Amino acid sequence: MSIIEELSNRDRVFEFLTPAVSPVDTRHGPILYMEDVNVSFDGFRAINNLNMTIDDGELRCIIGPNGAGKTTMMDIITGKTAPDTGSVWFGSRHNLLTMNEPEIATLGIGRKFQKPTVFEALTVFENLELAMATDKRVIPTLRAAMKAEFRERIGEVLETIGLQDLRNQLAGILSHGQKQWLEIGMLLMQKPRLLLVDEPVAGMTEQEMERTAELLTSLAGKQSVVVVEHDMGFVRSIARKVTVLHQGSVLAEGSMDQVSNDPEVIKVYLGEEA
Amino acid sequence: MWLTRPLRERSTQIFLGVLFAALAIVTFLHVAMPEDSALYVSAYTVTLLGKYLCYALLAVAVDLVWGYLGILSLGHGAFFAIGGYAMGMYLMRQIGDRGTYGDPILPDFMVFLNWQELPWYWLGFDMAWFAFIMVLLAPGLLALVFGFLAFRSRVTGVYLSIITQALTFALMLAFFRNEMGFGGNNGLTDFRDILGFNLRTDATRLGLFIATGIALAIGYVICRGIVTSKLGRVSIACRDAEARARFLGYRVDRVQLFVFVVSAMLAGVAGALYVPQVGIINPSEFSPLFSIEVVVWVALGGRATLYGAVIGAVLVNYAKTVFTGVMPDAWLFALGGLFVLVTVFLPKGIAGLLASRRKGKQDEQDTPTAPSTTEATA
Amino acid sequence: MLPRLSPPQLAFNRQDIIMSILRSLTLLLIALVSVLSLPASAQEDDPGKALLNNLAEVPASRVEEAINAIVSSGDERARGWLEAYGNNRLSRIDDTGQVVIVLNNRGRDWEIANPLTGENMGEMSRRELDRIAINNRIRGQLEGILAMLDLNATDPDVREASAQDMMGKVDASLVEPLEAQLEREENASVRNRIEEALAIYRVGEGNLEAVDVLAGSLHPRARAALNEAVRSDNPALADKAEQALASIEQKLKLNRAAETLYFGLSLGSVLVLAAIGLAITFGVMGVINMAHGELIMLGAYTTWGMQQLLPGQPGLALIFSIPAGFLVAATAGIIIERSVIQFLKGRPLETLLATFGISLILQQLVRTVISPQNRTVVTPEWMSGSLVINDALSLTLNRLYVLAFALIVFAALMMIMRKTRLGLEVRAVTQNRAMARSMGIRATRVDIMTFALGSGVAGLAGVALSQLTNVGPNLGQNYIIDSFMVVVFGGVGNLWGTLIAGLSLGTINQLLEPWAGAVLAKIIVLVFIILFIQKRPKGLFPQKGRAAEG
Repeated sequence: MSIIEELSNRDRVFEFLTPAVSPVDTRHGPILYMEDVNVSFDGFRAINNLNMTIDDGELRCIIGPNGAGKTTMMDIITGKTAPDTGSVWFGSRHNLLTMNEPEIATLGIGRKFQKPTVFEALTVFENLELAMATDKRVIPTLRAAMKAEFRERIGEVLETIGLQDLRNQLAGILSHGQKQWLEIGMLLMQKPRLLLVDEPVAGMTEQEMERTAELLTSLAGKQSVVVVEHDMGFVRSIARKVTVLHQGSVLAEGSMDQVSNDPEVIKVYLGEEA
Repeated sequence: MWLTRPLRERSTQIFLGVLFAALAIVTFLHVAMPEDSALYVSAYTVTLLGKYLCYALLAVAVDLVWGYLGILSLGHGAFFAIGGYAMGMYLMRQIGDRGTYGDPILPDFMVFLNWQELPWYWLGFDMAWFAFIMVLLAPGLLALVFGFLAFRSRVTGVYLSIITQALTFALMLAFFRNEMGFGGNNGLTDFRDILGFNLRTDATRLGLFIATGIALAIGYVICRGIVTSKLGRVSIACRDAEARARFLGYRVDRVQLFVFVVSAMLAGVAGALYVPQVGIINPSEFSPLFSIEVVVWVALGGRATLYGAVIGAVLVNYAKTVFTGVMPDAWLFALGGLFVLVTVFLPKGIAGLLASRRKGKQDEQDTPTAPSTTEATA
Repeated sequence: MLPRLSPPQLAFNRQDIIMSILRSLTLLLIALVSVLSLPASAQEDDPGKALLNNLAEVPASRVEEAINAIVSSGDERARGWLEAYGNNRLSRIDDTGQVVIVLNNRGRDWEIANPLTGENMGEMSRRELDRIAINNRIRGQLEGILAMLDLNATDPDVREASAQDMMGKVDASLVEPLEAQLEREENASVRNRIEEALAIYRVGEGNLEAVDVLAGSLHPRARAALNEAVRSDNPALADKAEQALASIEQKLKLNRAAETLYFGLSLGSVLVLAAIGLAITFGVMGVINMAHGELIMLGAYTTWGMQQLLPGQPGLALIFSIPAGFLVAATAGIIIERSVIQFLKGRPLETLLATFGISLILQQLVRTVISPQNRTVVTPEWMSGSLVINDALSLTLNRLYVLAFALIVFAALMMIMRKTRLGLEVRAVTQNRAMARSMGIRATRVDIMTFALGSGVAGLAGVALSQLTNVGPNLGQNYIIDSFMVVVFGGVGNLWGTLIAGLSLGTINQLLEPWAGAVLAKIIVLVFIILFIQKRPKGLFPQKGRAAEG
């Protein structure tokens, strides 16, 4: 087994590559700060001089028509897409553009995908176990043992998302809505400082939507939450501050009422809805 | 402890029980039965079975990366062969001055090529401990470098398969060259003894057979230990939804690299045990055909089960032995047909059949690990 | 085909020697047969008789004169006589004094023939024959003299070839006749050759101006002469020769580069042909067809089969093979798609394994049904030989044709993709299968059609390959990995990528070969691609945009 040990040494050699997990510094301002961000794909400008800040503990809704750049914006924050220009800061200490996805995730940004993505070949319990905020390097993962406190924590989250009875079922057999919940549960396990939630209520029943709204509002304050959603009713039910994206930049920002009365917004977006 | 966990697991206990029972029975039949008895197992058969066990270990290694990590390696034969060459170099040095040319240091083929001294990379292979470490390190290092480059760039799926195939193909061409110093076309052969035991005696052959069985048992337990640990679940996570795993904070490339390296080392051990039993190692072990054949053993046995890989390797190779003896021309038809039939009609392999049988009686409580086809999109 | 004198063999063994003797004999016989057609009536007053008798009778010191007399007579049979003389086969019958050609000088009785008519005179005891003596000096000159004979031929190609033969063999005795020849010669390239041949002699004599003539020549003998001159005692000559050599070296470098490029493009065109069908199927369906190499093999065997059907018409058979090879491979492709691949939708790795199984079956099928041995596919006459650009550069025609064929196939595929409904649908499915389907494109039909198209192109590649390599059951295997590399290198779903990747990989391979050797060059290219994929995992020309990001 000495060989395996040696491999673990290999990981230690690379340790300097993994960022020292320091608390995100939000004493001097917002938790997320994006300035003059530009991205284009093959000449198509997906993000166009985007400027946005998210305050610590804020619950922010982002709306906008298709192709407004909502998903691309999340890709940039989580390190999936590198912008052509601009800067993105997490707190005042961490430049997100120099980090990769796992580093950003470890730092405390959780993301729920537009299409619910869970590990279908694993059970609900195991899905949550993997999401748990622990040492995620290779060798510690290999050695990880299930402790009572972990079990407890998973139990709490299972209760929150209402999947206790399905804990030993494969995630693959869950309904669409249940998968959404499981994914949200995985975000909770990560204990992130900032949650990015892409279309959380797609495919949910009215009741499930209410519970989701409840959950997200209860999170705000302790954590910052950014919700991208198409469902206006849902946005209205949770929103304190709304940002409207259009053609890759911010069109309007403010309370739901302010935004929905903005003539520009009515023209490009709400005009069709109302 | 991750390594001892499998020992408490029912399926591993059954596997080890069957394996050790088979080892004991073969040994008993070989040693205790008179040669004219119908039950007598000849030394030839013992070596043949030993060869199957080597293949089984290789198949387990392939299943570890393909079944649990979704990496279809079409180049695992390369790690097998490199492990084999490391062992072959040791056996070559053991010949000493008993070779045709009687050179105390240089192997025959080097004398034949008029080489004056041993190349630097042959140094140390006269010592068993060094050679045995190289059996692990050489394939491990290759896998480390190759995997580091590939996984860092997120080369996956069909691309990765093709690249691994190119890797073993390039190595085959390289080892065919005399200048490489590995005996070129003919490879390494004419071995005499291993650790002082004459390779041509029945006792040594039996010893190698048992050693292979134990190696398979250890390899199986290591793999089982990995796949039942949290890392194993992370592997499955990386296999089915790579992006999700990444956004949870896992370094997918590191996970892939670790498992890939472990798998390559196991393949190297399999190759090292293979060489003294068949008595030769040459570049044909690098051939892409061999590597892809290994994959079909795993596919037949059942992906992502480990024990399925063992069943598949033994079954296919037994069939091969029978076929090539009775009607050699038909073997490639049979093998080709097997590829098609398994992928189209038996996607979960024999293990899948067994599992669905068992499911009829009782509900499955094992970790279900059926590979899912959905991919993460974001 | 007429048997030809064998070129000098590197390794002599008994068999080789016997073979070359046999060949010279047949050559002689043929020469004699052609002489037979001459009217035999005028034998007595045949001027040849006097010439031969003269050669037989003169003392050694005047043999040259006798030979010159034969040469200047312009007699068409002169070559046969002099060749026989040079080979010790010209003898005189002791009794009659008649000069004869010895056909076979083995054993006690020799077979002889009449040099004037070519008529076989049966066997005669060797004791009754008196060999006409030749000394080594004369023998040395004979070669040049024979070449001189050809310089008078009517075919300018023969004249040029003989002038070329003469390079480096000119001696004092030939200078004058050559100069006279130069006066008469009208063909520019023949003149050029003669001038060069003379210059080589003159440089040896220390003539400075002759160096200028040679400075423009790429012939190896011209270089040999200059190299000689560099070592001469005359400093002016050595200096000038050195400059001339430098300028030749420069030109040679260019030519060598051109040749490497040609070989590279040729190899590249083969790779493009082999890979482009794969690129189409991979691009559209996302599956790697491991049996692609065997589809190529089928195309090659179709050519072979066609030539068996049309014996003696290799050219026609080859032309018929183009549509036939396409159809055979396309049909095989459709069968593969319908019987296996369609059941493995969305499981690319399984498809890879299943098609590999098919490739094994196809290979073994060919081994069982046809033969495990390689089959010979005849190269039609218009495709053999080479296009001579200059002394240092000649392009083999078959490769040139294959290169052109590859470009035509590529252009045709481009047209299909750009201008036809199928092409539009294929591109749509490649970019976004789900969307294309929802727009009413029947993806299944597109799959079948593209698979047939890709497979058919593989068949075409096989037809082309049959002209370059052996046709055997392993033909496909040898190209499959290279084809993958081309597709991976070029990027999926982009025909231009495949073209550029194929041609550049071929060229890189050829560039590396001189200093790395064929095997090492191949390894280097493979390693290069493995590393390249790290940098650009989606190849040279990746598909961009949102659809490709997922």
